[in-house]
Amino acid sequence: MQRVAKARGDLALRRHSEAIAFLVMTGLLVVAPTFAYPVFLMKALCFALFACAFNLLIGFVGLLSFGHALFFGWASYIAAHAAKVWGFPPELAILSGAATAAGLGAIVGALAIRRQGIYFAMITLALAQMMYFFAVQAPFTHGEDGIQAVPRGKLFGFIDLADQSNMYIMVLVIFLGCFLLIYRIINSPFGEVLKAIRENEPRAISLGYKSERYKLVAFVLSATFAGVAGATKALVFQLASLTDVDWPMSGEVILMTLVGGLGTLFGPVAGAFFMVTLENYLTTIGQWVFVVQGVIFVVCVLLFRRGIIGELAQVLRVKL
Amino acid sequence: MSDDFILQTEDLTKEFAGFVAVSGVNLRVARGTIHALIGPNGAGKTTCFNLLTKFMSPSRGRIVYKGRDITPLPPAGVARLGLVRSFQISAVFPHLTVLENVRVALQRQRGSSFDFWRSKRVLDVFNERAMALIADVGLSSFAHWTAVELPYGRKRALEIATTLALDPEMLLLDEPMAGMGHEDIDRISALIKSVAAERTVLMVEHNLSVVANLSHRITVLTRGRVLAEGDYKTVSAHPLVREAYLGVGHA
Repeated sequence: MQRVAKARGDLALRRHSEAIAFLVMTGLLVVAPTFAYPVFLMKALCFALFACAFNLLIGFVGLLSFGHALFFGWASYIAAHAAKVWGFPPELAILSGAATAAGLGAIVGALAIRRQGIYFAMITLALAQMMYFFAVQAPFTHGEDGIQAVPRGKLFGFIDLADQSNMYIMVLVIFLGCFLLIYRIINSPFGEVLKAIRENEPRAISLGYKSERYKLVAFVLSATFAGVAGATKALVFQLASLTDVDWPMSGEVILMTLVGGLGTLFGPVAGAFFMVTLENYLTTIGQWVFVVQGVIFVVCVLLFRRGIIGELAQVLRVKL
Repeated sequence: MSDDFILQTEDLTKEFAGFVAVSGVNLRVARGTIHALIGPNGAGKTTCFNLLTKFMSPSRGRIVYKGRDITPLPPAGVARLGLVRSFQISAVFPHLTVLENVRVALQRQRGSSFDFWRSKRVLDVFNERAMALIADVGLSSFAHWTAVELPYGRKRALEIATTLALDPEMLLLDEPMAGMGHEDIDRISALIKSVAAERTVLMVEHNLSVVANLSHRITVLTRGRVLAEGDYKTVSAHPLVREAYLGVGHA
């Protein structure tokens, strides 16, 4: 009897594994500022959202974009410019950043989705680099200096974001909101078609699905979320710079997603926190950070191909 | 063009650089029949299928389906008109469950599914129909298996169930029996027969006993050309067909 009850309990745990994991994650993020530096947490959350956006493409459509820094970086420029020069309130600054990313996503996506695999990756990289050099040249980005001293402003006109805990709450709400939205996209009728396309594109076409349109919509959604992440980061650090729009940033988001677990729901979050923590502790060793990252990448590909969360899900035999 | 033929081609030709894979094929498939396309390896059967379903564009010629010229349509457009194909290599969605495989085809009834804001629970209305289709192909006890775990013959059965979920007027089956054991062949043969009661089937098949047993009409292709056409008796007695088959080691 006891065993049956236990088995039933296990089953319930398994069925709701994602909901439980979400509650645990939310709980941790709510109490985290009591023991960790808020700016560090906000940085990790922005990257976590960025990685989730990237994972939406690679994990659920099977498209490897090597140019996601384009959306992240340009959204952060536009948000910073909107807040500083145009005097936009923070919510509108972030929205303008996201809208920019969506527009760029539509253009890049329309050009890139005609190709598969490595060619897709190369087109996204080429277009992202083009826009990087545009960012280097354009006067409003202030080149090497970036857009500095971006005002955080007052959210909805009355919540002062200069206050660190207000800012943290806003970033957390944005992150959790977008995370849930991505979860919904993955588990929507649209998401089912995306998974079919990932699994077997010719078959999906033969069932009458115009796969390129689905891929384009997914690409734009992914770019938009990457944009929200970039725009939010600009307000957190009060800075938009070339680092966020350059290609190593595209590489870093791939690494985060891979380390955390490609195609898992929580993997990108775990990967982003892992990488940001690592960078934080390893700043003292300077350029060696890249060597350590390289070693992690190799170890991950060789030994933990499913990533942190992927391996964990495998061991616990649950969906995460 | 007569209404009796659901699918017709005129001078269908596909040239690759320096090589003609399909050359001037005039195919006429009568409504409500099982029509088989046979021929030795490299005869252009699969290319023909790819042309008919627009997975490739013909170099020349026309394809007319139900009196409508479908030559300029994209592949998804052809599928939407009810001309649905299967593939030579088993075409399932490997990491979806059997139920999800069939349901994603049934989902086509909703039109396009771009509603990313809605829960996939709206798809539960299709579960009953999906389970019925799964039962038809004998996969009920596998409904919650991941497709990749199924044995080969069961994957083919799943593929047929998925194709049938679209309720197509015409099915193009590319070697439905390839790699199957005897019991599977018998089951799938019976399935194709029952399916063809209300539909037209065009299939590529190597197993000649299956072809003899199932098809009303047979077209023999060699080197991209139609060599002979007729029922099994006529075709198998045809001297050129015997030569073409014996020539590559088939009896």
